[in-house]
Amino acid sequence: METFTYYPGCTLRTKAKDLDTYARSSAEALGISLEEPADWQCCGGAYTTAKDEIATKLSAVRTLNSAKTSNRPLITVCSACHNVIKQTNYDILHDEEMASKINNYLQLDEPYNGETTVYHYLEMLRDVVGFDNLAQKVVNSFKGKKIAAYYGCLLLRPSKALAMDDPENPTIMEDFIKAIGGTPVIYAQRNECCGGYITLEDKDQAAKRSSAVMRSAADQGADMIITACPLCLYNLKKNSGSELPVYYFTELLAEALGVKEESNE
Amino acid sequence: MNKNLKEQVLRSSGVNVLKCMRCGKCSGTCPSYDEMEYHPHQFVYMVERGDIETLMNSKSIYKCLTCFACVDRCPRNVEPAKVVEAVRLAAVRQQGNNHMNPNQIPEMLDDDLPQQAIVTAFRKYIK
Repeated sequence: METFTYYPGCTLRTKAKDLDTYARSSAEALGISLEEPADWQCCGGAYTTAKDEIATKLSAVRTLNSAKTSNRPLITVCSACHNVIKQTNYDILHDEEMASKINNYLQLDEPYNGETTVYHYLEMLRDVVGFDNLAQKVVNSFKGKKIAAYYGCLLLRPSKALAMDDPENPTIMEDFIKAIGGTPVIYAQRNECCGGYITLEDKDQAAKRSSAVMRSAADQGADMIITACPLCLYNLKKNSGSELPVYYFTELLAEALGVKEESNE
Repeated sequence: MNKNLKEQVLRSSGVNVLKCMRCGKCSGTCPSYDEMEYHPHQFVYMVERGDIETLMNSKSIYKCLTCFACVDRCPRNVEPAKVVEAVRLAAVRQQGNNHMNPNQIPEMLDDDLPQQAIVTAFRKYIK
């Protein structure tokens, strides 16, 4: 059984428990062991791109370094954690001054210089498990279901740091949908923003963005939408006014693998 | 023009505003375009002009969703969102100029609101 360091992040412990529990039970069913670092901290939710911001990047570096000291790749599942941790790793590799300030503060046993490989859970399915192998383990197929993948912004961009997929014509979630037997629905808004945290102070803007996404998917005949992001799920469900069902991709994965019921025990 | 502020924004963002060729693709793709008084391409040339305080005093700095659409889609790799971020930081780093008060948070909560929304807002609005 292959073991990875697994970073759940703050929301998967609270409002997005489904995203987490289904990710864990599915990994187990796929023969992958996920080990959580002992003292992880919240990633901060958004990456601060400013070069003179150091303190706001430290929690992500601690997580990256924890995976490094365990000599394992790091798996993230929340889109925001994935985005923050990968951007931090990229900037440490490419910005010597930032790396030196961070290491000067942290005083680790050995400086952290971007050594850890970070995979989003979907990348783990694609690059470690393989979608063909996943397809062979499906016991409850989504055959006949038209499923729209919602990437939003944080999974793909900025593409040079995230390096997950083509930022304009991504296929990783569609390939996942095919692997579990479903039919992917391609729609224009799949990699546009849901409104994100603006829901806190401007509900109208969040409604405008999230309803545009839902309308676009519904227009293409989707039966449901899947996402990896708790905030996207929230905006699409609460602010869009649409009844189209929205699920975490891990819930469909667990159902396809036949481990959905036991996940909640 | 405040030369010191301009230097600060350029250094903090790491952006070379002179690379911009004014194609407007950043503003064309911005999901907050309608909500902004100044749009991403205007941020770039106003910073080039050194007109930073006008931007710092505009609500536009709180409308950027950090979706990185303008960063990825800029044909000249100017990365306008990094300029918006640096201008916003210059504003919220001023004493007493936080955009959100933690005491406001409880009334914003509902049963489903993910923690992610709150921590992100703290990153964006508060120093």
